[in-house]
Amino acid sequence: MGPNLLGLVIAAIAAWLAIGALGLVRPRNLAFVSHGLFPAGAAVGLALALVAYFAIGRLPQSTVLPLGLPDLPFHLRLDSLSAFFLLLLGAASTAISFYAAGYFRSEEGAAPGLLCFEYHVFLAAMALVLIADDAYVFMVSWEAMALSSYFLVTTDHRIPEIRHAGFLYLLIAHVGAIAILLCFGVLQGGNGDYTFGSMRSLVLTGGWPSVAFFLALFGFGAKAGLLPMHIWLPEAHPAAPSPVSALMSGVMLKTAIYGLLRVTFDLLNGQLWWWGVVALVLGLATALFGVIFACVQSDMKRLLAYSSIENIGIIVAGIGLTILFKSYGKTLLAAITLTAVLYHALNHAFFKSLLFLATGSVLHATRERSLGKLGGLIHRMPWVAWTALVGTLAIAGLPPLNGFVSEWLLLQAFLFTPSLPQSFVNMLVPLATGALVLAVALSAYVMVKFYGVVFLGRPREPHLAYAKDAGWYERVAFVWLVAGCVVLGIFPVNVIRMLDPVNAMLVGSTAMHGGGGSWLLLAPIDAGRSSYSPLIVLVVIVAVVLLTIQVVHRYYHGRVRRAPPWDCGFPLQTPRMQDTAEGFGQPIREVFAPVLRIERHLPSPFDTAPRYAVKLDDHFWHWLYLPVANGAEFLARLIGRIQQGRISIYLTYSFVTLLALLFFVR
Amino acid sequence: MTLAGFFSQLLQLAIALLLAPLLVGWVNQCRAWLSNRSAPSLLLPYLMIRKLFMKDAVVAEQASPVFRITPYIVFGAMCCAAAIVPSLATDLPFASAADAIALVGLFALARVFIALAAMDIGTAFGTLGARREMFVGFLAEPALLMVLFTASLISGSTSLPTIVDTIAHREFAIYPSLAFAGVAFTMVSLAENARIPVDNPATHLELTMIHEAMILEYSARHLALIEWASALKLFNYSCIGLALFFPFGIAVGASDWLAILGAAPALVAKLAIGGFCLALIETLSAKLRIFRAPEFLGTAFLLAVLAMLVNLLLGS
Repeated sequence: MGPNLLGLVIAAIAAWLAIGALGLVRPRNLAFVSHGLFPAGAAVGLALALVAYFAIGRLPQSTVLPLGLPDLPFHLRLDSLSAFFLLLLGAASTAISFYAAGYFRSEEGAAPGLLCFEYHVFLAAMALVLIADDAYVFMVSWEAMALSSYFLVTTDHRIPEIRHAGFLYLLIAHVGAIAILLCFGVLQGGNGDYTFGSMRSLVLTGGWPSVAFFLALFGFGAKAGLLPMHIWLPEAHPAAPSPVSALMSGVMLKTAIYGLLRVTFDLLNGQLWWWGVVALVLGLATALFGVIFACVQSDMKRLLAYSSIENIGIIVAGIGLTILFKSYGKTLLAAITLTAVLYHALNHAFFKSLLFLATGSVLHATRERSLGKLGGLIHRMPWVAWTALVGTLAIAGLPPLNGFVSEWLLLQAFLFTPSLPQSFVNMLVPLATGALVLAVALSAYVMVKFYGVVFLGRPREPHLAYAKDAGWYERVAFVWLVAGCVVLGIFPVNVIRMLDPVNAMLVGSTAMHGGGGSWLLLAPIDAGRSSYSPLIVLVVIVAVVLLTIQVVHRYYHGRVRRAPPWDCGFPLQTPRMQDTAEGFGQPIREVFAPVLRIERHLPSPFDTAPRYAVKLDDHFWHWLYLPVANGAEFLARLIGRIQQGRISIYLTYSFVTLLALLFFVR
Repeated sequence: MTLAGFFSQLLQLAIALLLAPLLVGWVNQCRAWLSNRSAPSLLLPYLMIRKLFMKDAVVAEQASPVFRITPYIVFGAMCCAAAIVPSLATDLPFASAADAIALVGLFALARVFIALAAMDIGTAFGTLGARREMFVGFLAEPALLMVLFTASLISGSTSLPTIVDTIAHREFAIYPSLAFAGVAFTMVSLAENARIPVDNPATHLELTMIHEAMILEYSARHLALIEWASALKLFNYSCIGLALFFPFGIAVGASDWLAILGAAPALVAKLAIGGFCLALIETLSAKLRIFRAPEFLGTAFLLAVLAMLVNLLLGS
């Protein structure tokens, strides 16, 4: 059996809760909270990551805690899938907690101790979601996660936009939660046993498996930001403090992916191929939608939030492809695709957390969130800028960093699809591949825009010259996340070996068993078919760079003269002449104009005080959400008519109800 | 790793580095002939690179280290790419480190760095160039990937040497999918190498520049490396095209030294013809407005998708 790893995980959760509770003891004491509690939380995160790392590939451990309602104890279970996501949670939260230690200031929003409480409850709830083994614990911790993150999002609740964003988040979280609850209702199949163990052994018949799958896709999709339930994400992420944005984007979205994987591959017995097609199409639509909107954003945190939507879309598309392969019995290909999915989830946790934390430092140093008022920060904030550069390159999917590995695996998986028997699916593949590579190429556009406008160029506002670099806590967090991006990028074979127990558990095959690769060479099927070795690529590029520098300096010279920029001889240059974020996104806005809802305000030629304005909006908001909201309001007003405020009328209602019940029930 | 493999790998890299400026010189010469101008020397690109290496580098005051390291990284990425594209032989030990998808990744790496460097100085032309380059790239990169995918569906591999082995080894057959892919690839190559009709490498008009606008601030050794890297990029694209669509003459499989040495003249001959065709296309077409570029590249992208569809429909 080995060591009681599940016990250690539960201990970590308890430790987080205890740290949170300690925060309430002295809520106004910033030094105690930031130098004592948050680093302790980071240590717990690191310990959790270590425990989870050793738990992957071991036999599942389960336990029953006598908590909760009578007759409804907490069933907990730690298997490879849970362990992998716990590893993700632990590794990312280590950095984020450490960063938070240096981030929160006393004058901003809620008291630091209160934040510390909400933050650690959030962490503990996410961990509990991952080890839940019955629907009851799952829903309780899922709700705890939603509520604690709601309070974290609305930290600065005095600002109306933030309250609005929080409300939207809470609303959609609950619409999703209802779908998940219904999904569990379908999965238990009418026998009243809500443990996952009984759901696993139950074989649903007829259309019920499909109903369960689509409820799960909808419910977890709402949490993950899948189309059309993505609407809360670009509102909530910018509203939250940066460590919270990082935690929500890097980790919380992954709990939804975890839920989807758990229901689809573990709780449901057997998958149908057309679920895969739906998930694939939905995922790709989400990815393209997210990345196009990210291109045209001018708020740096909104840009990153849309980029998260894109990444979630890619992950869900990968899940769709896994379902396709699995349903046709191609387990090896399913394992490769699932590896890409898990790998991308892990990658996204690292680079998106890194970038959100970087925006936090920029925000603190400059008080600006709008891209149009930043620029040139690489000179003032080298730590933030250079670490963010690694994150930028990783998220743009460039070799030899980690984002490229998962994209490489996913593209390989797409290339294997023609071996499927269904010709309709085969026709779909070129289009799907095209959509995927388009999304990936556009994400490079987004990231060049993000990095170039924020960190490069010249400062667009004078006060940026006084920006201060991040503190030590923040630097440690950046370095940890950068190290994660690099290690995940350079040693893919070792990472995939680590992921293989999860593949074996979910799709019944490992991704590495057929390969002709070694620790150096990633070759999923065999080396003649495809192979990739980031370490060799990195070594060659670095060697060529060093050699060229040496040769040039030895045989010629290394003299450098500094002068004003040439700019085609144009002498009058101001920082305002650089592209703004809007300018950089303008070509994309023109090309994808039908996807966006653009409201332009152009003044007439005779306007003495002309104002130009462009407002970009989401079609979904106007086509889907506003009609639904108006309908709900209309219904509420109708129902509100029976509310008269007079006791005699209410008594009449009760009397009529009683009569009706007596009539029908008897 | 065989000795012959190691030898062919090194030889190929050396030939790429040496021949790349010559290819640029040749294309320029052909362009001059075709437009009835007296042609510059074939060796002009070499002399230019040598002259630039001699000069003192002038770097803008507000340039960050990103600006100074970029030429080296771009050059390194292009050397890496030159090592995996089979131009002389398919017995390349290094090629297993990066396949066709990684090759596109390397090109993207170079593109992103050069765009970031262009934004680093903070001039109007630099950011304009960076924006346009990324704009061209976001359509060209998927199209290139789809072309490579079509070829890899035929051979069942994404490894470039294996693709060339398969296509060269089969008895002469016409692949309808490769015809579509070939057209798409030609269009993408024009765009990616900053050629007419998308960009003009010889332009002196700032407002129409794409690639040139990004490297306006570079001088001396930095500019030399960028120019050399651009030449290598053109060379790499030409070699990809030749390897995919005219793989004849490449020493296939584990071959002896003689075959590798025999492949070199074949490569030079093919490049000469290819360079002439490039000059012909450039002379015969006019530069597009930047907002027509998406139509041009969108066509290339759709053709590449069509190639993949045709491949799946006809199985060839």
